[in-house]
Amino acid sequence: MPIHSPRAALIAVLAALLWGCGGDAKGGDAGEDGGALTIAAASSLRDAFRVHGEHTPGEERFSFAASDQLAAQIRQGAGPDLYAAADRRYAEELAAEGLVEAPLVFARNELVVAVPADSPIRSIEDLAEGGRALVIGADGVPAGEYAREAIAALDPPLREAIQAGVRSEEPDVKGVVGKLLQGAADAGFVYTTDVVAAAGALRAIPLPRGASPAIEYAIGVVASTETRERARAFAEGLLEGPGARTLAEAGFEAPG
Amino acid sequence: MRAGWFAVLLAGALALALVFLTLPIAAIFLEAGPGELWSSLGEPQALDALKLSLTTSAIALALIVVVGTPAAYLLATRSFRGRELLVTLVELPLVVPPAVAGIALLAAFGPEGLLGAAVADAGLQLVFTTAGVVVALTFVASPFYLRAAQAAFEAVDPSWVGAARTLGASESRAFVTVVVPAALPGLATGAALAWGRALGEFGATLVFAGSFQGVTQTAPLAIVELFGSDFDAALALSAVLVAVSAALLVAVKLVAARAGTGLAGRGAGDARG
Repeated sequence: MPIHSPRAALIAVLAALLWGCGGDAKGGDAGEDGGALTIAAASSLRDAFRVHGEHTPGEERFSFAASDQLAAQIRQGAGPDLYAAADRRYAEELAAEGLVEAPLVFARNELVVAVPADSPIRSIEDLAEGGRALVIGADGVPAGEYAREAIAALDPPLREAIQAGVRSEEPDVKGVVGKLLQGAADAGFVYTTDVVAAAGALRAIPLPRGASPAIEYAIGVVASTETRERARAFAEGLLEGPGARTLAEAGFEAPG
Repeated sequence: MRAGWFAVLLAGALALALVFLTLPIAAIFLEAGPGELWSSLGEPQALDALKLSLTTSAIALALIVVVGTPAAYLLATRSFRGRELLVTLVELPLVVPPAVAGIALLAAFGPEGLLGAAVADAGLQLVFTTAGVVVALTFVASPFYLRAAQAAFEAVDPSWVGAARTLGASESRAFVTVVVPAALPGLATGAALAWGRALGEFGATLVFAGSFQGVTQTAPLAIVELFGSDFDAALALSAVLVAVSAALLVAVKLVAARAGTGLAGRGAGDARG
């Protein structure tokens, strides 16, 4: 018996390994109809997509991160069933490469300057005062790209003051929100939906009309999916009925 | 035959571990060509990140060694009530996820943290500064050194210290001339592990200090940022970081081995005398 049990354990381990390999080769459980739908989505969609998932039949598995990071994962062969980006251009680039099928614009968002609710900052001009610690998204991250676009459109003195105040470039928009909620930063460039999600902890300062970038979210079925129908149903469900209401409650606007 | 299966099991386990641990590292170098590697070092972002990683981790390591060596010696040589508790507390950051470490540091030293006002009064700014990176690295890397140093001191034969004391050496003198040289291989291993951990730090740095090129963006943070926009550049910087870390590890092992053999020779001489 003392000889048999380790041998049995070894066989069990080898069997598990081989089983794992076999499962992978077939695409795993996630690809079957009964399995979970895997959805790679922009961080800013976290709350809305979770609620939408509860209203959609079947199980979903979410991966929330910056849209550029998720796109890079898809290019490296990661195979979610759906990809939702905070900038339609990211989904369209993947579509042009044949990795995502015809992306659908499903929502619009607005870039704002968010400050802690008790902040003395009242206007965008207040950001120019010395010593303000500002946080934006990193280069390449949609929230960071939009922020750069907005800052570039401001008047030169204000623009330069704001650029000089940037203390951190976060890998996704939730990182910016975190720095604000922790009181580490005085102001940050986030989406209006992030301010809604912060439930009163943050206050939004709108950008001047000419500096507010057009922000369109797009979702596309990943070409390698094995659950095309379910993925499409999830995506199309965002355009009307409960899905559209969920997005509106989170602060998104309907596509124009 | 009976004895054979166990040897096969051991060899199989080692082979599995080796393949699993080395294949991803090898893949970095196989995927990133030498040309890309070289040109990635010309990128200001990558270069700034590497420089920042090396300087902040070196400062953190110096702090860890200066404070950690005597602290570990105390834990290794004195027995007192609550010692086990202290040892566990000191090791706690090992099992705390890095992002949690960052949140904990914010809760302690952040502008709205427990000691936030005291930190500000002292004229220190940690959040969004290079000093904050050093704090984050020190926090996550310290236990690696403390553990190794404590084990190394515990392995030093107390009779050597006793001999030095009977020859008239004070405890501090015996510590410097006898204990530290004897424990050096273990101390060096601990320092190498702590340095490696500091070089690879990501979560605590991002949450506590932020990410800004040249100020707080260390190599791991730059790699994650590059991953989204330029996979080849991310791969190349990864390869450089692996090479630097591996070189550190090998250098420390060589130093430790030399110190160890020198000491063994001396020990043998002592035994003969």
